[in-house]
Amino acid sequence: MSLDRRRLRRAGDGALLGGVCAGIAHRLDIDPILVRIATVILTVATGGMGAVAYGLLWLIVPGTPKTRRAGEEAKPTSRHTWLIGAGFGMVTLGLLFIFRELGIWWSDSLVWPTVLAGAGAGLLWRQFSGSGESEDAAEPETPAWAASGERRPAVRSRPRSRLGPYRGAFGFALVIGAAMLFLYVQGAFSAASEAALAGVTLIVVLGLILAPLWVRLARNLGRERAERIRSQERAEVAAHLHDSVLQTLALMQKKSDDPRQVSTLARRQERELREWLSGKSERERETSLASALEAAAAEVEERHGVPIDAVTVGDRPLDERTVALVAASREAMTNAVRYAGDAGTIRLYAEITPEETQVFVRDRGRGFDLDAVPEDRRGVRDSILGRMERNGGAAEVRSGIGEGTEIELTMETK
Amino acid sequence: MSQTTVAIVDDHAIFRAGVRAELESGVEVVGEASTVREAVALVRERRPDVVLLDVHMPDGGGQEVIRQTLTEIPDTRFLALSVSDAPEDVVAIVRTGARGYVTKTISGPELIDAIERVSQGDAVFSPQLAGFVLDAFAGRTDPGTTDAELDLLTPREQEVLRLIARGYLYKEIARRLGISIKTVEAHASSVLRKLQLSTRHELSRWAAERDLID
Repeated sequence: MSLDRRRLRRAGDGALLGGVCAGIAHRLDIDPILVRIATVILTVATGGMGAVAYGLLWLIVPGTPKTRRAGEEAKPTSRHTWLIGAGFGMVTLGLLFIFRELGIWWSDSLVWPTVLAGAGAGLLWRQFSGSGESEDAAEPETPAWAASGERRPAVRSRPRSRLGPYRGAFGFALVIGAAMLFLYVQGAFSAASEAALAGVTLIVVLGLILAPLWVRLARNLGRERAERIRSQERAEVAAHLHDSVLQTLALMQKKSDDPRQVSTLARRQERELREWLSGKSERERETSLASALEAAAAEVEERHGVPIDAVTVGDRPLDERTVALVAASREAMTNAVRYAGDAGTIRLYAEITPEETQVFVRDRGRGFDLDAVPEDRRGVRDSILGRMERNGGAAEVRSGIGEGTEIELTMETK
Repeated sequence: MSQTTVAIVDDHAIFRAGVRAELESGVEVVGEASTVREAVALVRERRPDVVLLDVHMPDGGGQEVIRQTLTEIPDTRFLALSVSDAPEDVVAIVRTGARGYVTKTISGPELIDAIERVSQGDAVFSPQLAGFVLDAFAGRTDPGTTDAELDLLTPREQEVLRLIARGYLYKEIARRLGISIKTVEAHASSVLRKLQLSTRHELSRWAAERDLID
């Protein structure tokens, strides 16, 4: 449940109105009553903005499905419908008083239509915002005890969907009634000149009624889309594993009498899989010096069947000079493979800073005395050195009998 | 001196058997566990010197095992073993309390060497881990929000890490830098401490990401 605490959600259990305060309290791990008091104080102090914020949070913050224990009273009984309607009416009335106190006022004739509309809209909003999240399991049949408000004998079904239409109709009637009352009070029925006012009122009413439907539709669409993306991704992963891992495994079974080839196959597959898991695009890999060095190590390893471990720190884009550095590194690795391929893993370490790039290629071969370099080895060294120097870099070879050999390539950034 | 005692925690039976066979020559394997709960019970009962810990297991993985036993049995040390060398995995398990991190392709003798080192309270850095730590500590820190002492590596520590990343053994590093092996070990332990305690943005972020996935 640690995840639930981390994300703000409207509370399902212990909600008074929309569960916003209880949700915030749960997130902050404090008593909901504190949050509720703070909300009320905020509402009064800011002249109603607290209530508006509450409404916004109700819309934006996702809810949690209610968990019901067996024997708990079913919530949306007809008594609850009245309570909820009355509650929203009271909240609306309270807000109107605050507005009036602050001098934001049009006419006293607005009071009752607004309160009625608030109660009706509240019922509609509450119904749709609640049922939109728990609708995936269709209700087979609703037992009689649900409607009559008896104690529930078991879990399983939700009486809410049975009562929903009634509550919706009740809310609908309240909003319509409020509109009529408003028009009547304003005298719109008698004066044709106020047809425009009637039109606007109608639009507001329709908005109040249809908005929750629209919100629910949008949420359901979002959920469907997420589901579709997930199944697409699964198909893609399956296809990739089939093309790569399964093929390699089959190949390894065939070659199981040749340990060296099995090891090469396994390492190649591992590298491919890691590359794929890293999520880097082809383009990112083509323009990155670190990726180019790793690719060169993989290439030499595959050609000669000697394991090469590459570690890179930092990165920079490839250019003419760094391409030359990669070529020199490849040569250094090939050299190490040739002279020390039987002495275990060869290591490439590259450190790329804004000022310079250093590449180290180290083998654990016999090593040699630098002062008594055999002629052929010097040739290789010279070719690496020459390549580096032509591009403004430097190369150094360190070796000793029994210590292995390390080639260091340095290239400063111009 | 008696042999170092080791417990192997991994949910793959084949892998446990393979590691056990490799370790038999150098250390004493006192038990195996395949789940977090078994592992916690095993550590409580046998109190091994070192626990070889798989990072990825059901029910919270190696991290959960460390969390449940670290304060209770402080003499047991943890060495993380994983197929992954992803930075977020490394950071998360080291910050929970592991003394080192090696990948599963490590050879038998190298693994025994790492176990011995961890059992003496030292840190174990594979070349990959050293490279990654250099990466994480590279660049500037956000001024004001960070503890400078913990958020920066000293030049000497960087040098030691660089040589580890290049494939040098501790004794080769000591010879090259003209210091004792003990000093090299002290630098490594100091880096481990910074890895665990630093509030550097990269480290916190990686650790948090990993925590969310669990």
